[in-house]
Amino acid sequence: MARPSTDRIAGALRSPVTFSVLAGLVIGALFLVGTGADPFAAYGAVVTGSLGADGIGATLSTGTSVLGMALALAIPLRAGLINLGGDGQMVLGGIAAAVTGLYSPLPAPLTVVLALLAGITAGAAYAALAALCENRFGVPLLVSSLLLSYPATSFASYLVRYPLKEPGSSLPQTRRLPDGVALPAFGTSTVTFGLVLVVLAAAAYWFADRRTAIGYEIRMTGLNPRFAAYAGVERKGLTLRLMATSGALAGLVGAIGVLSFPYRFLDGSLTAPGYTWTGLTAALLAAAAPLGTVLASFFFAVLQVGGLSMERTTEVPRELTQVLQAIVIVFLAARLSFPRRRRKTAQEPIAQGEFA
Amino acid sequence: MFFDSDLLMSALRALTPILLAALGGAVCERAGVFNIGLEGMMLMGCFTAVATSWFTGSPWLGVLAAALAAAAYSLILAVGTVTLRGDAVVLGVAMNLLAVGLTSFLLRTIFGVQGTFDDPSLAGLPLVGGFSPLAYLAWAAVVVAALMLSRHVWGLRLRGVGEAPEAAATLGVSPVRYKYAAVLVSGVLCGLAGAQLALGNVTLFSENMTAGRGWIAVVAVMLGRALPFGVLLAALLFGVAEAAGFRLQGLGLPQQATDAAPYVVTLGALFLSTAQRRRRTGRTTGVVS
Repeated sequence: MARPSTDRIAGALRSPVTFSVLAGLVIGALFLVGTGADPFAAYGAVVTGSLGADGIGATLSTGTSVLGMALALAIPLRAGLINLGGDGQMVLGGIAAAVTGLYSPLPAPLTVVLALLAGITAGAAYAALAALCENRFGVPLLVSSLLLSYPATSFASYLVRYPLKEPGSSLPQTRRLPDGVALPAFGTSTVTFGLVLVVLAAAAYWFADRRTAIGYEIRMTGLNPRFAAYAGVERKGLTLRLMATSGALAGLVGAIGVLSFPYRFLDGSLTAPGYTWTGLTAALLAAAAPLGTVLASFFFAVLQVGGLSMERTTEVPRELTQVLQAIVIVFLAARLSFPRRRRKTAQEPIAQGEFA
Repeated sequence: MFFDSDLLMSALRALTPILLAALGGAVCERAGVFNIGLEGMMLMGCFTAVATSWFTGSPWLGVLAAALAAAAYSLILAVGTVTLRGDAVVLGVAMNLLAVGLTSFLLRTIFGVQGTFDDPSLAGLPLVGGFSPLAYLAWAAVVVAALMLSRHVWGLRLRGVGEAPEAAATLGVSPVRYKYAAVLVSGVLCGLAGAQLALGNVTLFSENMTAGRGWIAVVAVMLGRALPFGVLLAALLFGVAEAAGFRLQGLGLPQQATDAAPYVVTLGALFLSTAQRRRRTGRTTGVVS
């Protein structure tokens, strides 16, 4: 009954991802109208503010953290595991990097490398702890990773308020890292070499996912844990390795945050922007696929940075962009699409592992 | 004295919101719907309670509105998981995120403030015998939920729907209807939990003020094996941890240590209880396996 071209458009629209993003934007527009703003002007401000000459630097540096956290959550998610403890792992990575940067006796360039490694190790170790909680004590990963996150952030907060506090400062922060202990920045921008590291991590994830046996095992576990177990994938070991990798990336994001402006650990500066949750949203939107995760991270970085310029030009609170992100995922999770969805299709079970 | 009546009182006060939310989670769990959106539903309740109490001057209308708003919000979960067969974990996480964003957004558009809305003329709930009326309601709800689930035909059908939806449907019990009802009940209870948090012991709204209590409630459901009295004990454990934390803070321990205490205690309790019953098979959603 429908002509081919309209059929194709309808098909694209029925893709859950397209539908969710469109639905999010439409509902966001309704919110904007509700607050008396012009949706076109507001969305225009989001785009020009984040991709224009003034904003692209901020988008790329925000994108570094968002992509890093998105990868950290996507890698276990590919096997159906959800790591909700990103905040704790990231903060421990950050504090480990800060301590290393402040006290390492090595020359500055080596100290930077050591600080990155310290951050990666701290994050990996803490995430592995959550995996052990599931493997050895049977506490679901979802819960153990999340609950472990709170003591970690409290611990870091304690450290920068008491033993590591900058003397004489009224802020809960460590001293500034010594000169040269910083990731090189591109020109005068806030974009650092951290972006390269994170993009390399994304490339490595893409390669492992597409070309290696372990990548296949991970995807197989995500699609059908029982079949994977039958085929000889050892689930506990896989959980441990995936979580350690995930935590390593989260720790790397924390370390990058400390080794970039403001070159110190400031309580709350890593967690307040909500990179963990934005990253989780991006990973979910992309169903943890490597290239999709990169695209989704960029999309959410644009939203997050553009939200600030939207706030400046239209006085609509930037929290609207957080609402948009969540709405996209609500629609996606419910797998809403345009009618004719009665026919049961083989859909990718994103978190089937949690129920198995 | 470390353990005295003051400690018990503050433990019981800390317990109320967790208990209400966890009861809601338990009812959902029994109906076979895994609900990790408790945190978000509570937060919606907090904001609605404060906004309504502010505009009407009546904390009671605030409580009512909180229950209705959170119930309406819980419909997202019901429609998403029951009707559309979406993923409960992803949906729950998204609902929690949406609630944080939405309440912060509304806080700024309605009250024009960022962070915390705190006004002397904002009416809070009266205290009866040291507790807000919602605390008594929470204790009564434990008894009612226990009786309903074990004695009343609705409770039996609800459990049937959770354990064997096909069998229930064969007997003419609509799984969809019971699951919707369970999710709505959890919404109402979470709304009350939010109202208690925002208008009970304190009278204010601040961004993300639930601060992980909804997650603790999710854990309390697991710890208490979705039994009303089990959930009560689990929530009590959290209440004692929180109250003991405040007490230790008075004795000179840094605030960060006491902030972390409830989560550590909850995790520890979860270790012990799951390690103890690992061999048993998980129920319904099988989250605790």
